[in-house]
Amino acid sequence: MLGRLKGALRGFWRLFRRLSGDDAYERYLRHHVEHHGDEAPLTRAAFFKQWQDNKWKGVKRCC
Amino acid sequence: MRNSMKTLVWLAIALLGAGAVGGIALHRGESINALWFITAAICVYAIAYRFYAAWIAARVLMVDATRATPAERLDNGRDFVPTNRWVVFGHHFAAIAGPGPLIGPTLAAQFGYLPGTLWILIGAVLGGAVQDMVTLFLSTRRNARSLGQMARDELGPVGGVAALLGTFFIMIILIAVLGLVVVNAMKHSPWATSTVAATIPIAMVVGLYMRNLRPGRVLEGSLLGVVLLLAAVAGGGWIDHSAFRGWFDHDGLALAWAVIAYGFAAAILPVWLLLAPRDYLSTFMKLGTIILLAVAIVMLQPEVKMPALTQFIDGTGPIFGGTLFPFVFITVACGAISGFHALIASGTTPKLLASERDIRMIGYGGMLLESFVAIMAMIAATVLDPGVFFAINSPAGVVGKTAVEAVATINSWGFPVTVAQMEKLAADMGEATLFARTGGAPSLAVGMASIFGSAFGQHLLALWYHFAIMFEAIFILTTLDAGTRVGRFMLQDMLGNVWPALGRTSWYPSVIFTSLLVVAGWGYFLYIGVIDPNGGVNILWPLFGIANQMLAAIALCVATGILVKSGRARFAWVTALPLVWLVIVTSTAAWEKIFSTDIRVGFFAAARDMSEKLASGLLPPEKAAVAPQLIFNQQLDAWLTMFFIVVLWVVIFDMLRVCLRHLSGKPVLPCSEVAYQQTRLDSAGVRD
Repeated sequence: MLGRLKGALRGFWRLFRRLSGDDAYERYLRHHVEHHGDEAPLTRAAFFKQWQDNKWKGVKRCC
Repeated sequence: MRNSMKTLVWLAIALLGAGAVGGIALHRGESINALWFITAAICVYAIAYRFYAAWIAARVLMVDATRATPAERLDNGRDFVPTNRWVVFGHHFAAIAGPGPLIGPTLAAQFGYLPGTLWILIGAVLGGAVQDMVTLFLSTRRNARSLGQMARDELGPVGGVAALLGTFFIMIILIAVLGLVVVNAMKHSPWATSTVAATIPIAMVVGLYMRNLRPGRVLEGSLLGVVLLLAAVAGGGWIDHSAFRGWFDHDGLALAWAVIAYGFAAAILPVWLLLAPRDYLSTFMKLGTIILLAVAIVMLQPEVKMPALTQFIDGTGPIFGGTLFPFVFITVACGAISGFHALIASGTTPKLLASERDIRMIGYGGMLLESFVAIMAMIAATVLDPGVFFAINSPAGVVGKTAVEAVATINSWGFPVTVAQMEKLAADMGEATLFARTGGAPSLAVGMASIFGSAFGQHLLALWYHFAIMFEAIFILTTLDAGTRVGRFMLQDMLGNVWPALGRTSWYPSVIFTSLLVVAGWGYFLYIGVIDPNGGVNILWPLFGIANQMLAAIALCVATGILVKSGRARFAWVTALPLVWLVIVTSTAAWEKIFSTDIRVGFFAAARDMSEKLASGLLPPEKAAVAPQLIFNQQLDAWLTMFFIVVLWVVIFDMLRVCLRHLSGKPVLPCSEVAYQQTRLDSAGVRD
C-alpha cells in the first residue's frame, strides 16, 4: 500500500517536472547520447537558453 | 455480465445528469445549490466524452493508432517531440485556458444563471470540443500545419488570407479588452495596483534566476516566484495603509497608459526576462487557483442567488446591451467555443502528440476542462447577491455616478442592495469602493473571496480578494505579452511580403516598428474604453466575442471542407452543425451591432445619437469633451464588425465552392494529408 502510494507520488513528481520543463536538460542529454553520441553536448545554461527561446515561437497562449 | 454492469453505470450517469440539468433549468425559487451545476456539468461531460467524442474519433475522423504522428516522424528533440499524453494535455490546457472563460460567464450572468450555463454545457460538447479535437486531428495529419496554412492548402488563397486577417484582428481586440479588465480592477486601488506592479520585478527576478543563477531549474525559480507573489499580495495591504499609498493610487487613464507602455516594453524585451518566467508563475497560479476553487465549491456548496432568468433578456442589461439571442452566445465566448483554440490545436500541440489515440483526450477533453472552469466562474458570479453583482459590474454611465444613485437604480430593477452593504463589502475586501468595477475580474474576485473566505477563514477576506485580483491580472498580462508578440510576428510575416526586411523577426528596427503598430492597435481601443463613461467593456467584449466566434466558424469551415473533400460528406454535419449555429449567431449579432436603432446595441445608432446630443448641447461638459472620440470609435467599431462578417462569409462561400465542386466531380485542390507511415512507438510512446 505504502509502496503504491510512493510509486504514485514519484509518478506525479515526474509528470510535474516534465510538464514544467524542469527535466528538459536531462531529457536532452539522453536524446543527445542516443542520437549524436560523438559530439559534445551543450552546457546546461546554453541548452536552457536555446530551449526557452524556442518555446516562445508561435502561439502559446490564448484567451 | 460486465457489459450490462457498465450499461447500468452509464444509465445512472445519464439519469443523474438529466436530473441535474432539468433541476437547474426548471428550478424557480429563492436559491439553488451550486452542487447541482457541478453535477450537471460532470455528467454531461462524461457522457459526451465517452460516447460522442469516441464516436467522432472512431467513425468520423478514423483515428489510427498505428499511424506515425509528425512528432515521431519529424522528431528533432526540440519542437517536434513525441510526448506523454498527460504532459501534452497539461501543455495544451495551459495554453488554451486564459482569462476568457472567467470573464465571459461573469458578464453573461446579467441574463441570469440559466442561459449562460446551458450554453457553456451544450456549446462545449457539441461545438467547442468538437472544433478543438477535429482541428487537432487535421493538423496532426498535415505535419502540424497551422490553421491559416491548412485553409490555404485545402480551400485556396482566399480562405488562407481570411484566416490570417481574422486571427490578427481578434488578437488586437482581445488584448484591448483584457487590458481594460485589468485597468478596471486597479483604478484607485493602491493594493491591487501595487500587487500587480510587483509581479513585473518578481517575474524578472525569476527570469534571471532561471537564466543565470541556476540555469534551467524551472521549479526552483517558480517556487521562489510564487512565494514572492504571495508576499506581494500581503505587502500590498501594508502599502495601502502606508505613506506610499499615493504612488499606486491612479485613475483609469493613467493606468491605461501604464499598461500600454508595459505592453510595448514586454514585446521588445527578450522573452526570458519577462514573458517566460511570468508564464510559469501564471500557469502555476492558474492551476492552483482553479483546483482550490473547485475544492472550495464542493466543500462549501454555496447557494446560487441569481435568478434563473433576469428581465435583462429583453436587451436592456446594464453591463452590455442586447437581447438574450444572440448575445449570450457572443458573451460566454471561450467557455463554450473559442476560435482561438484552433490556433493552439493546429501548429502547437500536434508537434508533441505521440499517438493519434491521444487526440480525443487532449482535444476534446482539454476543452471540457476549460468549459468546467467557465461553469465555476458562473457559480462564483451568481453566488453573489444579484444586487451586489450589478452594483460591482454596472458602469457609472448607466446606473449613476454616486453610490446613492447607483443603489437607487439597481433597487428599481428589483435587486435589493444598500449603500451600507456595499460599503461594508468594500471595507471587508480592503477597497475604498466596489461600484462600477466593470469587466468581471472584481466581481469574480469578490465571489471567489467569499467562497474561499467561508471555506478557509473569513478574517482573510481582503487578502483573498487581492489574491484573486493578482491571479487574474497575472495571466491577463501574460496573454497580453504573448498576444502582442504573436501579433508582431504575424504583422512581420504580412509586411515581409511587401518589404522583405520587415519580415526578419530579429532585425531590431522591424521589431520596434511592428511592435509599436500592434501596441498602438490595441492601445487605441483600450484608451477609448477607459475614457468611455459606459465602461468600454460593453463595446469591446461583444466585439471580441464576435471575432472569437467568427474565428471558430472559420476553423469549422476548414474542417467541414476537408471532411467533404476526403469523402466523408455524410459525417460533415458533425462540424457543419456547430458551424451553422455560429454563423447564425455571429451574423445576427453583427447585424444588430451595425444596424440596430437601439443606441445600447447599434454602433451607428449610438454614434448618431451622441452627435445629435453634442450638436444640441445636451451633453454635460465632461462628456462633451470626449464625445468626438467616442463618436469616431463607434463608427470604427461598426466598420470593423462589418469587416469581420465579410471575412467570415468569404470563407463560407469559399468552403461551399470547394464542397460543391468536389461533390459534382470537378477538380479541387488535392488533400494535403501526409501519406501513411507505420508508427514505431509502443503504447507508452517509447521507440521500440
